[in-house]
Amino acid sequence: MIDQAFVNLNSTLLGALPEVLRPWAAGLVKIGVIAGLAPLIMMYLTWFERKVIARMQNRLGPDRVGIYGLKQPLADGLKMLMKEDIVPEGADKLMHTLAPLVALIPALLLFLVLPFGRNMAPLDLNIGVLYTLAVGSIGSYAVFMGGWASRSKFPVMGAMRTVAQIVSYEIPGALAVITVIMVTGTMSLVSIVEAQSQWWFVLTPWGFIGAIIFFLSGVAEVNRTPFDMPEAESELVGGFHTEYSGMKFALWYMAEFLESFAVCALTVTLFLGGWQGPAIPFWVLAAVLVIIMAMAKRLPIVAKVMGIGALVALSVVSFGEAIPSWLWFFTKTYSLMFVMVWFRGTFPRLRVDQLMGFAWKFLLPLTLVNIVIAGIWVAMPSVVGVLLDVVIALVSLVVLVKLNQPASLEKRTYTFAE
Amino acid sequence: MSRITIPEESELLELNLGPQHPSTHGVFRMIATLDGETIVKLKPVLGYMHRNHEKIAEEMSYIASFPYTDRLDYLCSMSNNLGLAIAIEQLAGLEASERGEYIRVIMAELTRLVNHTAVTGFLLNDMGAFGTPLLYAFREREKILDLFEAASGSRMMCNYIRPGGVRADLPEGWLDQAKAIVKAFPKFLDEFEGLLSENEIIRQRTLNVGVLPQELAINASITGPMLRATGVDYDIRKVDNYSIYDRFKYRVPMGQVGDVYDRYYVRILEMRESVSILQQALDDINDASPYISPKGKAIAKAPRTFKPPKGETYGRIESPKGELGYHLVSDGSNKPYKYHVRAPSFINLTILEDMCLGHKVADAIVILGSVDIVLGEVDR
Repeated sequence: MIDQAFVNLNSTLLGALPEVLRPWAAGLVKIGVIAGLAPLIMMYLTWFERKVIARMQNRLGPDRVGIYGLKQPLADGLKMLMKEDIVPEGADKLMHTLAPLVALIPALLLFLVLPFGRNMAPLDLNIGVLYTLAVGSIGSYAVFMGGWASRSKFPVMGAMRTVAQIVSYEIPGALAVITVIMVTGTMSLVSIVEAQSQWWFVLTPWGFIGAIIFFLSGVAEVNRTPFDMPEAESELVGGFHTEYSGMKFALWYMAEFLESFAVCALTVTLFLGGWQGPAIPFWVLAAVLVIIMAMAKRLPIVAKVMGIGALVALSVVSFGEAIPSWLWFFTKTYSLMFVMVWFRGTFPRLRVDQLMGFAWKFLLPLTLVNIVIAGIWVAMPSVVGVLLDVVIALVSLVVLVKLNQPASLEKRTYTFAE
Repeated sequence: MSRITIPEESELLELNLGPQHPSTHGVFRMIATLDGETIVKLKPVLGYMHRNHEKIAEEMSYIASFPYTDRLDYLCSMSNNLGLAIAIEQLAGLEASERGEYIRVIMAELTRLVNHTAVTGFLLNDMGAFGTPLLYAFREREKILDLFEAASGSRMMCNYIRPGGVRADLPEGWLDQAKAIVKAFPKFLDEFEGLLSENEIIRQRTLNVGVLPQELAINASITGPMLRATGVDYDIRKVDNYSIYDRFKYRVPMGQVGDVYDRYYVRILEMRESVSILQQALDDINDASPYISPKGKAIAKAPRTFKPPKGETYGRIESPKGELGYHLVSDGSNKPYKYHVRAPSFINLTILEDMCLGHKVADAIVILGSVDIVLGEVDR
């Protein structure tokens, strides 16, 4: 019942409309949901990132505006809206204005094919994988437009780095997805999720390597640490968005966060079983949440009582049902987002040449090996095939790591003078 | 003209890093000429924060300069005070009290811990680690700053050390607090090193980056951890044995290559030695003598009547950044005739171009971070 709540609500609403309007209304509902969900996701990703990184750094993070700083994103949004919009002198005004929009729209379009839950993909395209790869790479144009149109040196350098980086990392990313297509024989994201009802692909040798490569290239494509070269703050001030302010700046951020969300969601869909999860009863989860809520110190008593009441009521109503599929999807996606934030909290940045070397000398050969591994998996569905796969994977990993080891990484000795 | 060969067909880009830039450690400016991402020429531009410190000091009594020295290298005000105090003592032939000397050494070594933790954190920030190592470093630094505040009344602008001793005695319980912090410090260093020293990305970013040849370092009169990272055994604490440093057992760590990694690691090792000095000093200090010698106390009471005999002196100490020297000339009046600061940050910055040539922009930022400059001291 909870699992299909949104689907049922949608069909009930549409059923109330006259026949002629239904296709239009169905489209509008999807657009409305994505356009409404995306800013919400983005706003709370910023909150999530700030809070998690703060905890990693012995800080509290935002806690002044609202309980646990939950109103902070709203305050930030309001501040961004009220800031002056500056276009540098001599900049290409049209391009400068257009660039953040060109970045944002593909990020939103990516949401169109994501299966958020059982029967909950807004659009089941039969070329879904191809569509995500194509739409996802439009972002690099936007970055280059923004950097070039700013008429400033830092943005241009940031933009140049971005183009080089995104183009390089798209190749291992796309090749990692090919393995999934080889094994499932479909490009529809919905069918790919359904094909993982027995085994999540990440539990197979090719899926494991593929998932890591896809996720890493995704992190690089959305310019996040340790691949945040295009906006390397300590070098290029802000990279391609140095000359942006106010809401345009916020749009860049929104595009970046939505793309990171989409990358995580795609990794989940392609390799981590999508919305599928183990059949744990819903009331177990509700009980855990009730305990967490009851222990929360700063939550007002009204919110506590209401939240606990709602959870208890929900688990009574849906007794015997499993945890809803969309909850699994969002849990997995946010776990990957946590990994991204974790990267940001712990890793220093690579240098440009090292970054390119990582893509071309390490990830690309590994994806090619991975395609062979997936081929063996399909052609020899037996224990021998699996063993062969594991052996090839381990040997190629060891060889590639050895070959990529720079010569200068030996241990240093230090002397002391008395 | 550029000192490295540029391919004929390449067009160069001149990039202005600073004076407003997140990683120039203040208002410092580098005009970098780039061939792609590679630096072919780099010109540092200084002086945005010139405050006329040296001329102002010539217009006031000797003691009145102390608060100004706090603002030279604003991370290590205690060392700056100590340098001037030692110069004035040399000029006037004063001796510091026993307890005063101990307190000074303790403060100077605590300052070294403060400076080295902060600079390592900032270096990592320059490398793009999003503040985590910096805030780990600041957590420890804050504990030491609390000690400074308890003793001097100020966290950073301490204005504490005077000719003949220190301005005020340590408050009750201070020594125990300091002992506890010093005892816990190696644990923090282990944690910090566990986070950084073996990190693959850090090693790739720092090993053989910004190599400073030993000969150039000596010729350019580089001092401090930068010089020792190239393998030169030169520590003014050992060379001059000023204050009471000869009473403690400690070693001087040295690197081999003189790259960014060596500079980072020599600082970590120096912190461990400082901890050992601090432990000895905190154990040995006693209440027997006053915190300031009677002569020093008289000077501090009436600073304008203090007239050192005619003469000239150069007092120097091993500040966390290198050799910090004060050149004082007295004409017998109550103001110095000539007052000059040999600022280690400034001198260490002079070879920036030599270290950066041929590296990428990202390396230049890291190299600048590893030099350890504070613009208050560079520009004075």
